[in-house]
Amino acid sequence: MDAAVAIILACTALKVLLIPTYRSTDFEVHRNWLAITHSLPLERWYQDETSQWTLDYPPLFAWFEWALSQAARWADPAMLQVGNLEYASPATVLFQRLSVMATEGVLLFAAWWATRHRPRGVRLAALFLAAAHPGLLLVDHMHFQYNGMLLGVFVLSLAAAAEERHLLSALLFAALLNLKHIFLYAAPAFFVFLLRRYCRGQHAVLRFLALGCMVAAVFAASLGPFAAAGQLPELLRRLFPFARGLCHAYWAPNVWAIYAAADKLLSVALGRKGGAASMTGGLVGVAEFAVLPQIGSGATALWTLAAMAPCLLRLWRRPEPRAFPAAVLYCTMCGFMLGYHVHEKAILMVTVPLGLLAAAGLMPNGGAAAGDFFFLNTVGTFSLFPLLFEPQEYAIKASAALLLLVTFNLIASAWLPRLPLGPSSRAGKKHTRSGSKGGGGSSAGSQPLVRPLERLYLWGLVPLELAASWVLPQLSLGQRLPFLPLAAVSLYCSAGMLWGWARLAALAW
Amino acid sequence: MASGRELAGWLAAALLVRWAVSLHSYSGMAVPPRYGDYEAQRHWMEITVNLPPHQWYRNSSANDLSWWGLDYPPLSGYQSWVTGQYVRLREPAAVELVKSRGYETPSSKMLLRQTVLASDAAVFLPAAAAAAAAFSTGGSTTRQRLAVLVALLFNPAAILIDHGHFQYNCIGLGLALGGAAAAAAGREVLASVLFSLSLNHKQMGLYYAPAFFDFLLGRCLQRRTVLGKAGAVLRLGLAVAATFVALWAPWLVGGAGSTLGVLRRIFPTQRGLYEDYVANFWCASSRFVKWARLLSQGRLVQLCGAATLAAAAPAMAAQVVRPTPRGFLLCLANSAMAFFLFSYQVHEKSILLPLLPLSLLLGREQPRLLRWLNAMAVFSMVPLLKKDGLALATAAATAACHAAITLAGWEAEGGARQARQQGSSSGRGGQLPAAAARFALRLSLVVCAALLAASAVAPPPQRLPFLYDALITFWAFLHFFALFIYTNWLQLVEFRRAAPTAKAKKRV
Repeated sequence: MDAAVAIILACTALKVLLIPTYRSTDFEVHRNWLAITHSLPLERWYQDETSQWTLDYPPLFAWFEWALSQAARWADPAMLQVGNLEYASPATVLFQRLSVMATEGVLLFAAWWATRHRPRGVRLAALFLAAAHPGLLLVDHMHFQYNGMLLGVFVLSLAAAAEERHLLSALLFAALLNLKHIFLYAAPAFFVFLLRRYCRGQHAVLRFLALGCMVAAVFAASLGPFAAAGQLPELLRRLFPFARGLCHAYWAPNVWAIYAAADKLLSVALGRKGGAASMTGGLVGVAEFAVLPQIGSGATALWTLAAMAPCLLRLWRRPEPRAFPAAVLYCTMCGFMLGYHVHEKAILMVTVPLGLLAAAGLMPNGGAAAGDFFFLNTVGTFSLFPLLFEPQEYAIKASAALLLLVTFNLIASAWLPRLPLGPSSRAGKKHTRSGSKGGGGSSAGSQPLVRPLERLYLWGLVPLELAASWVLPQLSLGQRLPFLPLAAVSLYCSAGMLWGWARLAALAW
Repeated sequence: MASGRELAGWLAAALLVRWAVSLHSYSGMAVPPRYGDYEAQRHWMEITVNLPPHQWYRNSSANDLSWWGLDYPPLSGYQSWVTGQYVRLREPAAVELVKSRGYETPSSKMLLRQTVLASDAAVFLPAAAAAAAAFSTGGSTTRQRLAVLVALLFNPAAILIDHGHFQYNCIGLGLALGGAAAAAAGREVLASVLFSLSLNHKQMGLYYAPAFFDFLLGRCLQRRTVLGKAGAVLRLGLAVAATFVALWAPWLVGGAGSTLGVLRRIFPTQRGLYEDYVANFWCASSRFVKWARLLSQGRLVQLCGAATLAAAAPAMAAQVVRPTPRGFLLCLANSAMAFFLFSYQVHEKSILLPLLPLSLLLGREQPRLLRWLNAMAVFSMVPLLKKDGLALATAAATAACHAAITLAGWEAEGGARQARQQGSSSGRGGQLPAAAARFALRLSLVVCAALLAASAVAPPPQRLPFLYDALITFWAFLHFFALFIYTNWLQLVEFRRAAPTAKAKKRV
């Protein structure tokens, strides 16, 4: 058996074994969307409120659900009834789980395609990074979402841009925006790069028109039917619900987590009662700060753009294909660190492409990018644990999730340093077939993946995990302040994220 | 070079697969009134934590032996006590005397699963690492050693039975494997103690007894003087006796009656010739010869004993005369397979015993044959696993192990080079011709797949409700029997190879 097939087989088998494990309300969310798109006419898709989990992804994703529902009919038609809330027959579970695995094939294909000019050992490693990614295992194959497919499209569009296939890249990215609009964070970088890189020379205007028509066509195909049915306002209200708060129920480890913690500390120090406690109430609500200035959605947008600006300016002046993916990932990271109502899962938008593009040789410095991937991915995956599990079952399930992460990290840290990930001659057709063929041997030497301080920080996650899940809940301090373990995890991870953000900035520069 | 980190990665992956399988169903899950092996193990915990040892094997109002009475040797009882204490600490109701019969909750399932995982990690994993090191010959690289370790750790049949069906074979098998490693490394006293412990965890360890006995005896007989030979045998005899006395002390104190009572529980000759559908000689031939009608039970037991001994004899003789580590491995496999094919009261799970030494041997020499054997072993247990609700887990675990062994072999051979070399043998001798063997192995698996597909699509005729179970085990039996002949031939080849050294020793 070929090693590539074996890697996919092993990872898929693990995912099948994970089928009976815990699943979140997102499972019911997607079941409901299958039902809505299958049984209701198009103009009702963004109106139906039978279930509280209304359709709030863009139209292409709705069409994706519609396509899945055609196959779902054969598995268990009962799951396609809108009124059949919380329906989860064994056939339904099996079908939905398998649909995640099958559509994740897009990501595996992206990993294999983006590395097609690289040595075989690197290609296999890329396949492993995609197929065994612990964050995806947790969020897609346990929690239940379709990020694998979306990230596959994202990686393909990035790789296409870096290989100067601009129209293909624009097509893929426009489609991606219409699958899940959170990728809007990457849109400015795509816009600047395609405008400056593709729309130049003597046919600049023609090229601009071609690009514009292509993107417009995708949007028209996606939004057109809904606009015709007069559903556009409904649709937009669903996609951009600004009634939600700055921070999610559990603080995503970003700048606002630090801001919120600082506010909490200040309010205690100044003896003021504030609404900060409502942030940890478990429901998505609008939080109010007691001491520090309130942050609105407009302000976060401005901050995010401000953080992106230097990178965008540089991309404007020097639109180099090799620098582009790093710039996009930096901008996406800005969105994660400064965005409004950021979800912890959004870190996958940075970590998954980072590893794959490092392997594909599409980063300015592949070795450094692999190390940054390893660091950021460990912090990002770890910060997902509290999101995924209820407090009463946290310790056991987090141990299991930790096993996923540790296994992945052990294999990755044994494998990645042995690969020739250093600056390759050139991505594209004029590559040299340098480096070793197999997994063993190395031209990169056995440089450690992460720096000593980073390693120390990562090891610090172990006592943090022990304290958060075993020690603090036992202490009276922990019982008086139930949010303390989560806040501690969130703050510690925020520090790591800040560092990872800085590393990405360095990479993009 | 296999770094420590890479080794740790494989170990973590092995644990991960075990944990993932443990998410699935177990034997007798939600099947009152008798439930299954899970209830048996839970019940033993209930008995051992609540009653003193001398009452464990005795019928009483608190200990109804007809309800999954303890019928494994004392070490299993002690192990139930330890794991039972853990369960009692976390969920007392799960091991409450009498009241807890048929106790099933998601949380207690998780607790019991954890004890199996911990046993596997504490006993089998170290034993596998020791065996991979002890049986590696001088010429083998660390990569090849890793491939052997992976072959041992990713045995789908063993994983499915322990972490799916629910048993603690990892302890008994791990102790035997550790004993084999110690024997190969020349630490014979340790080997005797470990194997005695294995025997005392599950009587199925007897399948290995001829191999251990003959290899260790052969080693003792290699001493030069008569006194040296006798002294070496005595030393090992004392080690075995001391281990047994220590484990059986609570019943020995109670006198001969008490000890005999335990023995009668452990070796019940009143049971049938075989259990359910087994891929062994008696079950397969019972389609044509009605053994139970032809012979009395006593006669049958004697016939089984004679057939088993005759089948194991060649391998045993080879080891007494010319003991070598590789010959020892083959003897372990041949003796265990002889027991599986011909002995009395064999369970389908007993295929794990021949499978273990074969994983060690084939993992290094013929990974392709090992992958086929793993699939065939799982196939032979499909009727059982299907009954347990483990069909999906069975398919996935088998695929995962198949891929793991492939990847370890790919690593061992240095990746791309392997593709070219795969056909050529590594010079061990006694290997099957590549192309023909590959075709034959594929063909046999195609028939397996066809049988499984047929059983899924077409229900069996009403007159023959167990048609597919019978066909599956019969097909598996044919292969196990052929494999038995092949491994005996390998034993003969090994015996011939060992000849010069034996002669050289005589000259000295």
